[in-house]
Amino acid sequence: MGLLTGLMDFLEKADGNSSSRNFLEKATEKNKKNQKSMWRRSASFILDRSSNSPPMADTTQNPDAISAYYQTRAAHHGVITSDWLAQAQAAVEQPDSSVSDLGAEKSFNVIDEFNGWRKQPDLAEAVAAIRAMAAVIRASEATTMMELEIELKKASDTLKSWDKTSISLTAGCDLFIRYVTRTSALEYEDFNSAKSRLLERAEKFGEISCKARKIIAMLSQDFIFDGCTILVHGLSRVVLEVLKTAAQNNKLFRVLCTEGRPDGTGVLLSNELSKLDIPVKLLLDSAVAYSMDEVDMVFVGADGIVESGGIINMMGTYQIALVAHSMNKPVYVAAESYKFARLYPLDQKDMAPALRPIEFGVKIPAKVEVERSARDYTPPQYLTLLFTDLGVLSPSVVSDELIQLYL
Amino acid sequence: MESRRNPRAVVDPKVRQVGFFTSSQPDSTHPIASDSTSSPSRNSLSPPPRLPRRRLPDAFPGGVSRDLLMLPGVGMDSMAAAKSSSVPPSGLTTVSVVNMPPPGLSGIISCLYCVLSAEGGKAPLVSSGSVASANYDDESRVVKAKRRAVVKQTEAKNRVELFRHLPQYEHGTQLPDLETKFFLLDPMHPAVYKVGLQYLSGDISGGNARCIAMLQAFQEVVKDYSTPPEKTLNRDLTAKISSYVSFLIECRPLSVSMGNAIRFVKNRIAKLPIMLFESEAKAALQSDIQRFISEKIVAADKAIVRHAVTKIRDGDVLLTYGSPSAVEMVLLQAHELRKKFRVLVVDSLPKLEGQLLLRRLIKRGIDCTYTHINAISYVMHEVTKVFLGASSVLSNGTVYSRVGTACVAMVASAFRVPVLVCCEAYKFHERVQLDSICSNELGDPNVISKVHGRGGINYLDGLTNNANLQFLNLMYDATPSDYISMIITDYGMVPPTSVPVIVREYQKEHLLV
Repeated sequence: MGLLTGLMDFLEKADGNSSSRNFLEKATEKNKKNQKSMWRRSASFILDRSSNSPPMADTTQNPDAISAYYQTRAAHHGVITSDWLAQAQAAVEQPDSSVSDLGAEKSFNVIDEFNGWRKQPDLAEAVAAIRAMAAVIRASEATTMMELEIELKKASDTLKSWDKTSISLTAGCDLFIRYVTRTSALEYEDFNSAKSRLLERAEKFGEISCKARKIIAMLSQDFIFDGCTILVHGLSRVVLEVLKTAAQNNKLFRVLCTEGRPDGTGVLLSNELSKLDIPVKLLLDSAVAYSMDEVDMVFVGADGIVESGGIINMMGTYQIALVAHSMNKPVYVAAESYKFARLYPLDQKDMAPALRPIEFGVKIPAKVEVERSARDYTPPQYLTLLFTDLGVLSPSVVSDELIQLYL
Repeated sequence: MESRRNPRAVVDPKVRQVGFFTSSQPDSTHPIASDSTSSPSRNSLSPPPRLPRRRLPDAFPGGVSRDLLMLPGVGMDSMAAAKSSSVPPSGLTTVSVVNMPPPGLSGIISCLYCVLSAEGGKAPLVSSGSVASANYDDESRVVKAKRRAVVKQTEAKNRVELFRHLPQYEHGTQLPDLETKFFLLDPMHPAVYKVGLQYLSGDISGGNARCIAMLQAFQEVVKDYSTPPEKTLNRDLTAKISSYVSFLIECRPLSVSMGNAIRFVKNRIAKLPIMLFESEAKAALQSDIQRFISEKIVAADKAIVRHAVTKIRDGDVLLTYGSPSAVEMVLLQAHELRKKFRVLVVDSLPKLEGQLLLRRLIKRGIDCTYTHINAISYVMHEVTKVFLGASSVLSNGTVYSRVGTACVAMVASAFRVPVLVCCEAYKFHERVQLDSICSNELGDPNVISKVHGRGGINYLDGLTNNANLQFLNLMYDATPSDYISMIITDYGMVPPTSVPVIVREYQKEHLLV
């Protein structure tokens, strides 16, 4: 009974909102006419009203406008909802049509390969991308370095455009292309040996990624002291490695993990941690500020590290960083260096939108919008340190590294 | 050394004591004070500021009390000047020339020794960097420079104490004089002379424009150059360029962009292989200069535009201040790409540069709003992004730009509006500046006493020479890096903390090139 009345209130409010919306619309229109658009109120507000649907759909070759990256993460995490299943079904049927117009068979293989690799739960996105590119090299019939480079560039562009939202994918592709162009310029040797060297390098990248996690885990051991309480958000394999190593080194600490809706990362993480005998406490996402007093440090992973030194990570990271910063708790980010990307978001909406389906458990009325973004951007001033395989860095060093890499 | 200290009973209100120093006025200056009339720039009421005094070691021969300036070269000058002429660097209490030991090599060397050994004890003055290497409160240097000067600037009579280290001249008095001299000046190349006059009259302003004009003048110089007998091209041409540069400085102090360009040119001249024929060397130099212009300025601007337009979204309200050339290009390009945005142009007296930008934007059909800087806190709530230009960006991320920029950036950051600075990489400089005082440029003080557009109103007319009223027309200010969200350069979009990295990479490129 209570639920129903709650729903009714909710619906009424929605209606009430729409009527007030109409009023506002009329007011602004009158305003506009009167003052000849001289003093329009904040323009973005107007846009939201005037354009019926803000550009939500990611209308690229990726069908259904759902971020494939976050879908895969969800798959890894084993949270499968009925919604997701239906969309995944549709997604599986579509790639043929979107990719076939690219003509060459190779590009079809790239996406397939990539999808094949990325399904493996322990493999990072960038590594999957590079393995796919390695497959391109293997299957390539080019006879000169130039041709090979062009093919690789095409494959990389295809991959990038297929999923615009995945930062490590873009960064990984860019890194590999950079490596290819650099080495091919320096060595004027036999084409086949150059090809095999590239293949070797691509294979090694996978190992590097695993080694990177170990390096990061080692570096962060100094920061975890006995008796500390760590707050973790999201399920990052790197952070998991950090905590595993700390447990193996017989450190006494406990972990608070957020529920991590809608992915349910909290439950998964607590499963993993309890296997390692680390005391775990689950929190609601909204209970972070409540518990921040007893927390000594916050550990998060990153989907991407941007040029300003900020990070792009699962939705909720920004909130936690803000709370931690205001209470003077350090926020540590653990991420591999191939996640450095040449993006520079100015605010939350300045990135390519990455949407994912969100289940509320109850039916939502049709007129109600849902904020479906899967990630947010945390500016560098709220982060304390970044643990990467290049060492323990402060956020301003990211730009240094990027400049040296890309110049 | 206690005898040297005479505590002053009354602190003259006009003398603002800048920097660290002890309070005393050595009586050795009194005999000099009577000669102060020779310098028109000093009011009898306002003795010049004191530079930090150092306690000299007792090892100095003769135990003479003397205050020396930081620069050993200047110390030597003052010694020499005192020895030779009866016109001492008068009025400047920091150089006292009483009881000089017999001037000679020993005197000069011991003077140097004192300077160097005493350096440990003094508080450092904030260095003004390579751009303004002459401190204008150093009389001897000013006198020497004036003797060599082509442009006879008359110094302003009434100067603000805090800015005495910067040159302040009366504007508008030399132009007719210089125009008549156009055909008489042998040592000066006409192209350089022309550019100098254009600077003086304000026809050319803006970092890029000034730099390009100067470089093109230098190209002409190289074209018309012929090595005199018994001299090498490298040294002679460098000396010539230096003399032209000092002429340009007299017309208007150098901007950082010009300084970097001059360093580049001198570097290229020095690197010319000796074996080259004169015509080949000249052609190489000219093409180098051309390459600098096209790569570091023109192509850099294109790269900046490319990066910056990605940050402009539909529905944006962009604010800009003054008339930065890079920002103008960005806005025009964004308009070409059919992005829907409108621009708020903020302007300020006395230059009113924003009106030029406004005119150009309106011609292309961009929606513009125009306001003065007093209103920025009123309009800032509807702004989504602020685009600013820069004369230079310094190593600690400070943006050195037209006066008023710091205000705009500060208000924007208070309203949490992102501030994007568009600046080419050749304008970066490795010096660090903490405030707008130690290195700046003073403009014509008379323009601020008039109300723009209303000639009839001149309340301040008779007061220009009043001792109680000083006009201060600053041209530049320094915006701290905390207010800047991002710097857009031809190397991409970087946070302000990465400027030293780019300066480092840039130097490397220079060496390789």
